[in-house]
Amino acid sequence: MILSIASGKGGTGKTTVAVNLAISLEDVQLLDCDVEEPNANIFVKADLKRIETIYREVPDFDLEKCNLCGACADFCAYNAIAVTSKKLIFFPELCHSCGGCGLVCRENAIRWRRKEIGEIYRGCKDGIEIYQGKLKVGESIPIPVIRRMKELIDRSKNVIIDSPPGAGCPFIESVKGSDFCLLVTEPTPFGLYDLKIAVEVVRKLKVPFGVVVNKDGGGYKEVDLFCRSEGIPILLRIPHSEEIARLYSLGVPFSSQKRRWKEEFERLFESIEDLR
Amino acid sequence: MKVAISATGNDLNAFVDPRFGRCPFFILIDPENMEYEVIRNEASQSMGGAGIKAAQTVIKSGAGAVITGNMGPNAFAVLKAEGVKIYAGVSGKIKDVIQQFKEGKLKESESASVERHFGMRK
Repeated sequence: MILSIASGKGGTGKTTVAVNLAISLEDVQLLDCDVEEPNANIFVKADLKRIETIYREVPDFDLEKCNLCGACADFCAYNAIAVTSKKLIFFPELCHSCGGCGLVCRENAIRWRRKEIGEIYRGCKDGIEIYQGKLKVGESIPIPVIRRMKELIDRSKNVIIDSPPGAGCPFIESVKGSDFCLLVTEPTPFGLYDLKIAVEVVRKLKVPFGVVVNKDGGGYKEVDLFCRSEGIPILLRIPHSEEIARLYSLGVPFSSQKRRWKEEFERLFESIEDLR
Repeated sequence: MKVAISATGNDLNAFVDPRFGRCPFFILIDPENMEYEVIRNEASQSMGGAGIKAAQTVIKSGAGAVITGNMGPNAFAVLKAEGVKIYAGVSGKIKDVIQQFKEGKLKESESASVERHFGMRK
């Protein structure tokens, strides 16, 4: 089964849930797709080795052939190309590698070159095979790294995908194709606001999903009310606890210290299998 | 020479918009006879690269100079490539600013006045 762990809001506990699930199950492949700030291995502590470099293609303009017609600049939805009457200026950091400029160029003035944008690391520890994607500093398009990470999925294993926060393209790329998605939220107005957005997106992706409420117990009831009214199952509640926070700050998954929680995560996984 | 001004509104009583790439309008004015036209800034809603797109809008309008509040390095580079004069750091009512321009009181900018993405924080 491919299980993605996502949230709208950042800092709700995606990695906490992903890692605690991973150590509670057998034969796990853990993909840290939060490639802008991968931190799952802080808890897994595997010895990571780089296994791949990730590139994307960006246009290379042949200025001898270019007649400055501006068709590519007009086409580019990301405003990565500017054409003045005297020259063409390309802003590679804005380019999304869609290839459209090459299609509209009538002068055949566009070739392609590879630009290094990230790396993938792999390690193994205590039955967990962990993959970590890492976007290069200064790069803003994580999709090709996430896409390649997902090609490394071994369907015979219990695959856990730690997704990036938000509800945009990186989230969609990570979650799509999953058998189930756990949306981790916290009982705050921010948590609820972003949960609603994430729910909308996951529904569009047609991935079955449920909710984990982390840092529970503060008295804010609206997340529960929302889930009840939408018919969304709340599959686990993790209390707002100083002990859990302290273990987190030490890089220790709390279920490794508490038998009861390991069982809770096993039960969470079983309830997901029942829901699919 | 026509001048493009980033504007908060669509007439000469509007103010110079502090954002170049994400201003709602450009007022394209001929300071000699004060005749002007209003150009909607399609770049204002761009996900990214608003300054780059707005700069090309200005170039297509035929303006020889731009007056604005702030301009980032990308828009600056595009306008410079075309040879458009840039007067950034300007504020006030457009009517008054045009007067200052005609009197030679505005100083041409030699570099971008802000980092990229400045207009997204407004």
